[in-house]
Amino acid sequence: MGPNRTWLLIAPAMLVIGVFMVLPLFLAVGYSFMTANPYGGVTAPATFDAYLQFLYQRDFDDSLVFSPSYALIILRSVYLAIATTIICLVLGLPVAWYIVCQTPERRRILLFAVTLPFWINTLIRTYCWILILRDEGLANGALRHAGIISDPLPLLYNDGSILLGLVYTFLPFMVLPIYSTLERIDPRLIEAAHDLYAGRAAVFRRIVWPLARPGALAGATLVFAPALGSFLAPDLLGGGKKLLIGSLIQMQFTSSRNWPFGAALSTVVTVVVLTVFVIRSRRVEEERR
Amino acid sequence: MIDIQSVSKSFVTRDADPVHALNAVSLEIYDNEFFTLLGPSGCGKTTLLRLIAGFEAPSSGAIRIAGSDVAALPPQKRPVNTVFQSYALFPHMSVAENVAFGLEMQNAPKALIDERVREALEMVRLEGFATRRPAQLSGGQQQRVAVARALAPKPSVLLLDEPLSALDLKLRKGMQSELKRLQRETGITFVLVTHDQEEALAMSDRIAVMRSGDVLQVGTPRDIYDNPQDRFVADFIGESNLLPGAALGRDPAKTIVVRPEHIVVSPVSDGAKGHATGAVSAITFLGSDTLYEVVLEEGAKLHSRSRGGSALATGDRVVVDWARHLERELAN
Repeated sequence: MGPNRTWLLIAPAMLVIGVFMVLPLFLAVGYSFMTANPYGGVTAPATFDAYLQFLYQRDFDDSLVFSPSYALIILRSVYLAIATTIICLVLGLPVAWYIVCQTPERRRILLFAVTLPFWINTLIRTYCWILILRDEGLANGALRHAGIISDPLPLLYNDGSILLGLVYTFLPFMVLPIYSTLERIDPRLIEAAHDLYAGRAAVFRRIVWPLARPGALAGATLVFAPALGSFLAPDLLGGGKKLLIGSLIQMQFTSSRNWPFGAALSTVVTVVVLTVFVIRSRRVEEERR
Repeated sequence: MIDIQSVSKSFVTRDADPVHALNAVSLEIYDNEFFTLLGPSGCGKTTLLRLIAGFEAPSSGAIRIAGSDVAALPPQKRPVNTVFQSYALFPHMSVAENVAFGLEMQNAPKALIDERVREALEMVRLEGFATRRPAQLSGGQQQRVAVARALAPKPSVLLLDEPLSALDLKLRKGMQSELKRLQRETGITFVLVTHDQEEALAMSDRIAVMRSGDVLQVGTPRDIYDNPQDRFVADFIGESNLLPGAALGRDPAKTIVVRPEHIVVSPVSDGAKGHATGAVSAITFLGSDTLYEVVLEEGAKLHSRSRGGSALATGDRVVVDWARHLERELAN
């Protein structure tokens, strides 16, 4: 196949990536340097205001005062995304391992079960957690009936419920890539390690984990990036009391009508995520050597 | 060294009756010997090896290694190491790390590990390969790493599961004598599983011939070759003519076993005496030998193998003869 025909094969994928990913990215970066139109959208002139707004507040006398509130929102979002990733890893690895150890038929059923939530809209699924967690919800009701509590526990509208929602939403994205790496591990390797006097813990530490790590890294990427930008769980389960970056960005494009600021925030998040990716892929390459 | 007492193993399958892989097998494997489990695929030889290693538990019976019952011991607690058919080298570790693994798991001191790794790699002639990854080695080299890895902790018994089957013929011949040498040098009991009778005859001190979960005969290679006690053994080890007694005018309830190299074929016209007469139906020239296929008058077919060429041609009427002490009479 000549170089011209090869090009044709890549073209559709490149077109999709170009139109739906690269172009919007450039638009976002472009918008972030414009002035906000009070009726939505952006107007001239070009300015750095959106980025200044990120760290400074414009006082009544037009002087800039340092204000860390937006930066703190980003920090809190990063912290929650990291916590989500770690919890997903700790929960996802044993689940993936359990599935791999089953017979092929049971594996198919269990994998289907893992992907089952994808069939229902995320919004609806997140609302269901409200029904479960609220003061008159299923969880508190069950505990009250069991006589364990008399007053409802504050299960909803805190960092815990946000974290629960995030872990619940993104857990399959951790399980599936880990499963696919575990599935490729030759069971003879585990037998060989046992044969060479390794106990169960040593087999996990020296054989299974090193071989599963590429899957865990892929899973961490798939969980961390969307968890950082997520706004459904924080809005619904956090009650919108404490803003996270996803909700903040969404607000800029809707109620606040400050598109340049929303675009600037998006750009900052993109840079944060890309930096994490670059560091990660450097490390993977170093390990390969 | 290893005492196997009426060990049975059945595998439960979901939709069929349980599969009996081993039927009350009893065997004794001595100290410092090269022992081979020989048989066609599905005869239970690999199952027996996995039972000794501890990867499977016997359905009934007992296995003793160096005097102690190992029934309750998992593989990591048995003084036994395995060389796997697929080698099962750890792909994320260097050659040296692979070889060191067993010793590390035994918490051996660092200095001892380094020394043993060097020794083991020297023993399999891979001194310069310590830092390589398994993927960077040829099949033969990987095989030798697998042997070094299993030998480094100095087990009482080394189990080898068809270790040479993935190598080409020339490498295989080389590794056969290498393994034999390693067994002599280390004094470790080797238990080899193979379906290749030539390999078994060339390497073993003793052989157990297995079929469908039973041990048919145990003995030295010469013993098994010269005195097969079973039609299957006679047929499986080397080439044999299995002649119905009736074809030779003897007891029809017996089968006469004669090796092709023991049969002399001469033209009827020479006036020679023999056990039967027939006609040459095919002649195959094999270089140093010539193979004659003879159809006896009673309908049975036999093969004779003799040194050099001869004046016989296809269709010649011949007399077949052999010394009576070289034949074996088996019940049908």
